[in-house]
This record gives sequence, C-alpha cells and structure tokens, in this order.
Amino acid sequence: MVRSFKHRDIISIRHFNKEELLYILDLANQMEQVDYNDILKGKVLASLFFEPSTRTRLSFESAMQKLGGIVIGFADSGITSTAKGESLSDSIKIIKGYCDIIVLRHYLEGSARLAADIADVPVINAGDGANQHPTQTFLDLYTIQKTKGTMEGLTIGFLGDLKYGRTVHSLSYALAYFGAEMFFISPPSLRMPGDCIEELRSRKVKCHENESLFGISKKLDVIYCTRIQKERFADPVEFEKVRGIYRLNRAMLEEMGIKGDLKILHPLPRVDEMDESLDSTDFAVYFQQARNGIPVRKAILSAVLGAIE
Amino acid sequence: MKQLDVSAIKDGSVIDHIDSKSTLKVADILNIQNEEQMVLVGINLSSKLLGKKGIIKIGGKIIDQKEVNKISLIAPNASVNIIKDYEVVKKFKVAVPDIIEGIVKCFNPNCVSNYNNIISKLIVINKNPIKLECHYCERIMGTKDIVLI
Ligand SMILES: [Zn+2]
Repeated sequence: MVRSFKHRDIISIRHFNKEELLYILDLANQMEQVDYNDILKGKVLASLFFEPSTRTRLSFESAMQKLGGIVIGFADSGITSTAKGESLSDSIKIIKGYCDIIVLRHYLEGSARLAADIADVPVINAGDGANQHPTQTFLDLYTIQKTKGTMEGLTIGFLGDLKYGRTVHSLSYALAYFGAEMFFISPPSLRMPGDCIEELRSRKVKCHENESLFGISKKLDVIYCTRIQKERFADPVEFEKVRGIYRLNRAMLEEMGIKGDLKILHPLPRVDEMDESLDSTDFAVYFQQARNGIPVRKAILSAVLGAIE
Repeated sequence: MKQLDVSAIKDGSVIDHIDSKSTLKVADILNIQNEEQMVLVGINLSSKLLGKKGIIKIGGKIIDQKEVNKISLIAPNASVNIIKDYEVVKKFKVAVPDIIEGIVKCFNPNCVSNYNNIISKLIVINKNPIKLECHYCERIMGTKDIVLI
C-alpha cells in the first residue's frame, strides 16, 4: 500500500515499504520523460546545509528550480545565526515560516527528526551525521533498477567501509525487500555492524561477510563501492593499514572473472577505490548514478509538495 | 534470632519484588538519601517469585509516575504498594511504558537529543528484555546501555 507522500517528512529509508520505494522510482522515471517545468511554481525550498555537501545541495536546488520553484538557504552554518549560538530548534522555528519545504543536512544524528517534529512544513533529510541519507538510497535504487532492468533477486557486493558507510546500511535495508543476496566485503576493522546483519537476516536476506572479492566476483550483479573515510580514524596508522585496500581496476576485474553485465556503483566522491581505467567501461555507472539525483529529487519534491498525486 | 524491624509503615510507599541486585539502583532512583522519614531497604530477602528479592519502604512518600517508569526499566518485576494508615490503599506492578520521555539518555554521543536541552524520547520496541529505539537517531539500546537522567 502506498500512503500519500503529500506533506510527508522524508527522514529514514526504514519508514518506507516496498510499494512506496517503487512509487518514487516510477515517479523519477516519469520526471525523465516529461518536462514538469512549472509544477512547483511559487513554492519555496529552504536548503539548510549546516554541514557542507555540495553535490547533494546542488542536486536538490537544481531539481527544485527545474520544477519552477524557488530556493533559499545557506551552504555553510558558519554564516548563519548558528555561529552566534542559536539552537537548531530555534533556527527551524523561524525558517519554517519562510518556506514550503525544508531540506536539512546536519552533523548531529536525529537532527532531521527533530526538525520534522518542530516544522509544520515537510522536512527532507539530506544526511544527519552517520545516520540516514534517504534520498541517496532512492537514487541508488533507481540506478540499479535502470541499469539492471530489475531489482528483484540480485546478488550485490558491498565493498569498502561498511562500518561507517550509512549509504550501505540504508541501501541494504531497502534491497532486503527485493530478495537480494548480499556479500559484505571489508577489512575486519570496517565490517558491517552486527545489528545491521542481524536485522537483514531477520528479514530473510542471505548475507555473507568476506575480506576480498576473490572467489565471489563471478557471482555479483552489482558492486556497491564506498570510500574509506580518513576522518573516521582516530589513529592514522589504522587508516594506513586499510587505505587503498580495494582499488578496483579494469584488468583486475577481467582477470578475477566477473559477469559481463556487472554494474559498479559508488556514492562519490572517490579517492582511490576505483581506477579511472574503469570509467569508460559499461561496468561503471557511478556518474550516471550522480545524475540520477536530479529526477529522483524532482520526484520526491513534487510528491511531498502534493504537485503530483 | 531476634526479628529485625522491617515492620509496616504508617503512610508511604513500599516497593517490593525488586530483583535483589537492582535494589540499590532503585533506591537511587527514589533519592532515599534525601528523605526525612523512615526508609527501610532490604536486600536478599527470600522470595517465591524471584528466589531473592529486594524491598524498599519509604515513610511519608507517594512515588510518582516518573519514578515508576524509571523503576520499570531497572526492576521490571517490581510491585508498588501505597500505604495509608497502615492499610494498602493501592497496589500495582510496574509496567514499562510504550514511550520513554526524559528519563533515559540516548547512548549515542552524536545524537541531537544530547544537545540543546532536547528532551530524550525513546520508543520501547521490546519490553523483556528491554530494547529501546531513539526517536531521533534510530539507534537501538539494550539494558546495558541504559543511563537514567
Ligand atoms: Zn539518539
């Protein structure tokens, strides 16, 4: 059952059922077919980026403007009242009076839920600390659906930092609806959190944990690669042990044996996880994935603002 | 052996069937060191229900709902008797509420509820054993993670 998206907050991927995920993907597809260039005319989006994320911010702002809406906001909390000591609650109480919808990026986990409790306009979570980034998951799913033709019954390898990688946690939960088999490939220090694995298993997902792609590469339909984030390591020695541990390149993949229609996704930015030799292959869909942020965010904005039923 | 004086109190509250090891934590919740009237704390008393139990009797105090909610997280089997004129006027078992507000701190140091004077809010997703999900950051806490405010 698809509950109406009108006026709904988009906080966590865990709040959506399978039909609702598919509904947004269908809508995103529609956004690519038809120019809805004025359906959000007169609507104002407040784009509040307390933590910088240029890509996410620009894709929301672009999506809003392509639909005829207006954007206000800031890209850095250093220039707002927060710098003067204003609390997030107070900022939201004031800004909600200026807009029809809020997109919030904040370094504290749970900040989007807090904003949604305070604001009477819908709030979209554009990343709250290490917790959730649901629109990223929608665009990851959309990319898988478009490039594989289906999301049902795929075998997915998640590679890299699985401990802190919130995109991995959210995407694995979402893919659990579609009968995916999952391989979690990471160094021991960056393994998928136990409670994530437990939740996936309770939802009947076949999960495997590995330290290397060797031996399993032939089974994979999708590799979802993530960056090992230097800033997560308190000890630089520990970081050096794992940096560049998975550096995918074209020759290596061909040598290991992979499916001809393998697709490689990455939420970007990359550092050295994927060699540029991959970029021109049909395996690499990460740039397309980044572009998919626009139709997906157009779909979410128009559904939440009630411009499309 | 001479019977110890753990006799009835005239007015107040008796918290019975506390899991023995949790008795002093419950005493903490009830802030007994600041009581003016008689307080009796018993530990390792024999109990058909629990094997060993703790009991706390507080003269002159009627415990409130917030205290009951806190006790339910630490001693889920506890029962409460309210005494007036040596008579039990009210008797109930503590029960874990569905939502816990303002009494347990979220254990995630990066959670928004630990900043800006926000009242913590945890959703009880399992009562026995206790599993709480933070309304804000969605982290799941078990008994060992519980820190009372
Ligand atoms: Zn929390």
